[in-house]
Amino acid sequence: MPEAPIQNDMGSLEQIAQMLRHRIIKTSHESGTPHLGSCLSCIDLLVFLYWHILQIDPTDPTNPKRDRFLLSKGHAAPALFQVLAERGFFPVSDLNNYGEDGSLFGEHPPTPSALPGIEAATGSLGHGLPIGLGMALASRISDVPYSVYAILSDGECNEGSVWEAALLAAAQKVSNLTVAIDYNKWQATGRSNEVLGLAPLAEKWSAFGWCVSEIDGHNLNQMADAIEKNRNDPRPKAIIANTVKGRGVSFMEDDNNWHYRIPTAEEVGLAAKELGIEA
Amino acid sequence: MRNAFAAEVTAMAAEDPKLVLLSGDIGNRLFDELRGGYPSQFMNCGVAEANMMGVAAGMALSGLRPIVYTITPFTTTRCLEQIRVDVAYHDAPVVIVGTGSGLSYASLGPTHHSLEDFAIFRAIPNIRVLAPYDAPSLRKVLSEAVGSGVPTYIRIGKKGEQDLVSNEDAAGIGEATVVRQGEDVCVLSVGTIGPEVIAAADTLKEVHGISAEVVLVNTVKPLDESMLTSLSQRFKAIVTVEEHSKNGGYGEHVSAYLAQQGISTSITCLGTGDKFMHSVGSQSYARAYFGIDAASIVNATQDCLKSVESAAS
Repeated sequence: MPEAPIQNDMGSLEQIAQMLRHRIIKTSHESGTPHLGSCLSCIDLLVFLYWHILQIDPTDPTNPKRDRFLLSKGHAAPALFQVLAERGFFPVSDLNNYGEDGSLFGEHPPTPSALPGIEAATGSLGHGLPIGLGMALASRISDVPYSVYAILSDGECNEGSVWEAALLAAAQKVSNLTVAIDYNKWQATGRSNEVLGLAPLAEKWSAFGWCVSEIDGHNLNQMADAIEKNRNDPRPKAIIANTVKGRGVSFMEDDNNWHYRIPTAEEVGLAAKELGIEA
Repeated sequence: MRNAFAAEVTAMAAEDPKLVLLSGDIGNRLFDELRGGYPSQFMNCGVAEANMMGVAAGMALSGLRPIVYTITPFTTTRCLEQIRVDVAYHDAPVVIVGTGSGLSYASLGPTHHSLEDFAIFRAIPNIRVLAPYDAPSLRKVLSEAVGSGVPTYIRIGKKGEQDLVSNEDAAGIGEATVVRQGEDVCVLSVGTIGPEVIAAADTLKEVHGISAEVVLVNTVKPLDESMLTSLSQRFKAIVTVEEHSKNGGYGEHVSAYLAQQGISTSITCLGTGDKFMHSVGSQSYARAYFGIDAASIVNATQDCLKSVESAAS
């Protein structure tokens, strides 16, 4: 059986998130891996899910009863890899070859068969939610109880397949599926509300038949409340998580240059100081 | 063929609770028995094929054996990225079935033709490509495909196709069926074009005194290399016929194999041309339009043999 959540103290989880922010930034510098802004906006959600919500056992990553998590915004894989390593799916030292020729650790998650803890190889946007929906439906069809969680980016909601999945999930009343939208208001080249007409986002998901809550996506207590209060709702759940791209480092926050920029050694040091990490 | 498909899927669902049929809002009444008897094993995913393919992959990664079913262009090119990434890259045991393949829906126009699927799927790793030639052949490869756990694409016809062999003689995956023995030329017939090829072989024999062997092929990928090597030793000329574009089709694949092996057997490939058919008509009309009907096969086979003879003299 998957183990119970191991950490209920939100303060400790915030410390873990800060530590992982530093590792993500340092790894970006060392390996030249981009999408820092996208990683920093969803790392709090990831830590919350992996330490507080998901019924998983890192020593038994294919247990049929495990909860499933899909990083539908696959370009935040640098954050997911740090989370999986720290959570014990593989040694943290495995990340030492990050980005090198032949490494599994790059810009997007590899397949589940290649790396324990990964549920789907995402990276092309709009794929994780349909796959997660299939997994959630399989729970019902097979009568094996588990829940499925997915993090999508706001830019990802440009993809039609996201809305196709939203329609089917509502029609099938898939109550064991929860989506968190990392709503940092940016996509690769512009404001996500200007590139396509995304707003009002919460109303859109609600109109599609989902149980919607809107929270501060860096506040773990609000995340816990959103999950708890809707746990028994028969609809699929959407959490609109208002986030800040590049969150946690002043010179990266809400600056979309950090979608692609790689930090210098000096910037890594400055970020460490802001994050309260000893050099 | 689609009635045989529905009956076979229903029978398989009764045996295997992991089997789930996903339909893209087609098959009105076709799956009533499945829906009635095994409601949790049928899901109408609506006219949303990209999502349907992703859902199938997610189900397959969770231990189920989904079959995705809709009209061929919509279960192939419409959701190609989901097939490539969600199914093939993950090596997820999804069986993709395209109904009304080739020119089956000639009267619906090119939006409903599928003449590119072999070419596209051949280039995608992990996926097997099947084109059963009749209902018995479909029944056999379908149950083998679901049982194998290998991602598989199966293109089938619509309805009314005649059975070419008995259930006992139907070929499974990777097998082929010889329906006419011959000595002068071998004609490889892919999928549901079989009746045209058999009619052509009979005309060649009765009218022109040419003895053509007819082999019904149902597996496009992987290529049956040992069969091709063996046939190339027996025949000085091979003709391939498929209801698919000549560009990237089975014939091109066979040609490449023979050339790479240094085999000098003459090969003629019949398929549809590099053009869309703007007019509508019956499937027979469309086959004649593209030069893959029985009369065209007769002419092309004679031309092929003539060029072999003139090269030898």
